[in-house]
Amino acid sequence: MQALYHGIENIVGNVLMLRAQNVGYGDLAEVTYGEEKSLAQVIQLDGDQVYLQIFSGSRGVPTDATVRFLGHGLTVPFSEDLLGRIFDGSGVPRDNRPELDADPVGVAGPSVNPSERIIPRKMVRTGIPMIDVFNTLVQSQKLPIFSVAGEPYNPLLARIALQAEVDVIVLGGMGLKYDDYLFFRETLEEAGSLSRTVMYVHTAADPTVECLFVPDLCLAVAEKFALENKEVLVLLTDMTNYADAMKEIAITMEKIPSNRGYPGDLYSQLAARYEKAVDFESAGSITILAATTMPGDDVTHPVPDNTGYITEGQFYLRNGRIEPFGSLSRLKQFVNDKTRVDHRKIMDRMIQLYASFRSTEEKRSMGFRMTEYDNKLVKFGDLFEKKLMDLRVTLHLEDALDTCWDILAECFDPEECGMPTELIKEFWPQGKTSE
Amino acid sequence: MSELTQTSTGEITGVNGNLIRVRFPEAVMQNEVGYAVINNLKLKAEIVRIRGRECWLQVFEDTAGLKVGDPVEFSGELLSVELGPGLLKSIYDGLQNPLPELAEKCGYFLERGQYIDGLDRSAQWDFTPVVQVGDQLEAGESVGTVPEGLFTHRIMLPFDWRGKFTVKEISEAITCTVDTVIAKVEDSAGELREVKLFQSWPVKKAIQAYEERLRPTENMTTQVRILDTFFPVAKGGTYCIPGPFGAGKTVLQQITSRRADVDIVVIAACGERAGEVVETLREFPELEDPRTGKSLMERTLIICNTSSMPVASREASVYTGVTIAEYYRQMGLNVLMLADSTSRWAQALRELSGRLEEIPGEEAFPAYLETVIANFYERAGLVRLKDGTLGSVTIGGTVSPAGGNFEEPVTQSTLKVVGAFHGLSRERSDQRRYPSIDPLESWSKYPSLVDPEKLDQTRRGLREGRDVEQMMKVVGEEGTAMPDFIMYLKAEFLDEVYLQQDAFHDVDGASSAERQTHVFGIIHQILTTPLTFATRDMARSEFLRWQQMAKDWNRIPMENPEFKTAEEKLMAAVEAHRANGEEN
Repeated sequence: MQALYHGIENIVGNVLMLRAQNVGYGDLAEVTYGEEKSLAQVIQLDGDQVYLQIFSGSRGVPTDATVRFLGHGLTVPFSEDLLGRIFDGSGVPRDNRPELDADPVGVAGPSVNPSERIIPRKMVRTGIPMIDVFNTLVQSQKLPIFSVAGEPYNPLLARIALQAEVDVIVLGGMGLKYDDYLFFRETLEEAGSLSRTVMYVHTAADPTVECLFVPDLCLAVAEKFALENKEVLVLLTDMTNYADAMKEIAITMEKIPSNRGYPGDLYSQLAARYEKAVDFESAGSITILAATTMPGDDVTHPVPDNTGYITEGQFYLRNGRIEPFGSLSRLKQFVNDKTRVDHRKIMDRMIQLYASFRSTEEKRSMGFRMTEYDNKLVKFGDLFEKKLMDLRVTLHLEDALDTCWDILAECFDPEECGMPTELIKEFWPQGKTSE
Repeated sequence: MSELTQTSTGEITGVNGNLIRVRFPEAVMQNEVGYAVINNLKLKAEIVRIRGRECWLQVFEDTAGLKVGDPVEFSGELLSVELGPGLLKSIYDGLQNPLPELAEKCGYFLERGQYIDGLDRSAQWDFTPVVQVGDQLEAGESVGTVPEGLFTHRIMLPFDWRGKFTVKEISEAITCTVDTVIAKVEDSAGELREVKLFQSWPVKKAIQAYEERLRPTENMTTQVRILDTFFPVAKGGTYCIPGPFGAGKTVLQQITSRRADVDIVVIAACGERAGEVVETLREFPELEDPRTGKSLMERTLIICNTSSMPVASREASVYTGVTIAEYYRQMGLNVLMLADSTSRWAQALRELSGRLEEIPGEEAFPAYLETVIANFYERAGLVRLKDGTLGSVTIGGTVSPAGGNFEEPVTQSTLKVVGAFHGLSRERSDQRRYPSIDPLESWSKYPSLVDPEKLDQTRRGLREGRDVEQMMKVVGEEGTAMPDFIMYLKAEFLDEVYLQQDAFHDVDGASSAERQTHVFGIIHQILTTPLTFATRDMARSEFLRWQQMAKDWNRIPMENPEFKTAEEKLMAAVEAHRANGEEN
């Protein structure tokens, strides 16, 4: 199985073609030329013609490069020692520390048997009120963060990486700006959270092919941790870059594009990754949060559109805030009845009041006369934005719920706030009335 | 799968994704099943193209590790399912492997190359014969029955047998397993054939062992008002539910699968989220079927090929589902087959077509997409069986159009062949108006529960009300004439109290045909009553009050005396504003 081959016949895009026997589909090969060495993967077999996708890109690959087939598919070494480490998209350390000596596990393994899945049951606390209170993240959930390029989705993910109450964080960067990569590393290091984190980072300057493996590496590692009873949160940024990498490679492979140049299997490819989110009945879980930038703020663009059909809700990041409208956690009703008795009611009521505030704002901007109630709404809206929506706010769920009550008490009389009487009796802050 | 009659062995000459190219030594047939062998594992595949001495197979599993030169065993059979007692309550993957049994064998993950018989070979069934030696039979006629849960399961002569058969031997009433021979029949050539409790059937072929197809006219009530009254589906009919993500397609399918007035529901979860199937899997056994008082699972069968499972078997899953539906139809039952979502299946076709390097049609879907979709929906129908009883297969498919745009090929091809269109709207779901079926865009060609003339009148009212609403956005309330304003309020009233429905409320969520006919009559009466109000504000607040009264009324069980009281109160409130003598 260690036969060496010389002589590459074709190089098109990042795909090499050579003649070889006894090669398995999906197997890895090592391509050596001069001082360089790169991995490559078999993506097509046609008689004795073997097509290899080279990870480091084909620039500088000579026709007499040496190719050695490894006889297995893509793997990633796995052990507890992964924690605190940073790798690139082909699994090579980025942190100047030695390669990990551990048992390799296959990536992109089989999917979970649906009859073994269970109905989600536990929330993931993030300390971010707009998530915990209004759109609770649930273990085994997969949620994208839809945003426009300029929005602070990476700082948001970093905050979640620091604060989320989980055992392991796996962070995957795809097409990440180098600055953003440094930002993640430094933020996690400073907060001491690196020790529970594994990072696989492909930066914008790295070869495109490596971008394709980041989600698979992350999810393979996450799955192993989950099977070892760990609650794992996988953060991916940015899935649109991932889809674009797929598009680039599909087009160089002369595949027929379906919609805006994306390959026809975009949905299946994205779904295969997102569906790795799971809660094992007698082991840990995988939860996925994935930043997805919407080109041109267009939710009908193929990437956010296909993503929306796969994920269980979405967060919209707009003007530096998680939008209360449009954002949705489809699984929240499985958990938010078990948190605190007022959770569901106050969540709904706050959003309704905020919606009224928005229409009052419209009214004000059009120059209509404001009633006393309108003024209360305006005050409410401002407080809501400052104390809860601001992304810098960190609050435990219970404190955030108390804050909701404080805001209500500051703006409204108990009978005006529209909450059920028995909840008002229990939770209305004493000694506070609206002025 | 247990008794493979292996015919020949070929050799792989190329691999591209889940498509393999194979050189074959002896004759093969189009769509024949073959198994690619790798490390003692057999990966199921189906021939999709033959050219010269080579054929192309789509593999239903991950192809990693396959090599040029690896053997492929041809089975000599088309892709088939096993039909017999024990199908109900099952949870299958797209190739009829029972998933709970696979989990027992392999644990959490779906390992490739693992196949289990669709029907449990050890289960015991009580067979009772209904024919005698000497009787003449044709394909599809019963030789006996077996009780299966709520139903009497007919054991029928295999559907593809041609001509007349004479019963030569018939077992007495016994308890036996599915592969027991319970009868021997002789064909016209004098050859003896064995009949077992089960038969195999190729999934892509419609079962046609019936007397004739009839036009579907009887309403299949789903207890969803907007559907049964406005956009009804007939037993044996077809319908589609296109909608953008988040508009509530799957919830609507779930409601239908619970409440539809049919005997058996086959759910094919095709390329959608696993989480949604899990809800059905875990909840159905606990839920009570209001018609029988037994668990809902007793009448349900789930075919589950979720989005991360192999793409090729997505296509198989809808055919497996509809074949099983047809099988139960042959027993004189009404079967509803739900496919969620047909777009994912169309995408699977597109992926295959791309790999075969066929010339693409619109949005790269294959040119034959329309034919394939039409053939699938045409397997629905109401039929009269050979013994005179009626049976039906109703097909409802969701469509997930890219970007929520109904102009795309899958939605358009589907609309051409279905009898009803339930278009979901993002706008309505954003406004929390559930079920979010667009009342102006949707249509149905089947007869409604209610009087068609009244229905037309109501529809017109709704359209006019919406027009006024659009106009009001420009000219404001002040610029709207009182009669127009009332028209708008009436449309809103209809929407709020009749079109919208709280699916989670026991009474409101399940509105029987009788109740719908009655309530619709009242609502129609209110909508056609000429009304007068002093001011617009008064009109609005009065209508809001009626809305509240009508919604409360919706929540009272019909047999409860309060139902009548609430109705009278509502009518009295409306009557108080009747305009005298003038037409509205």
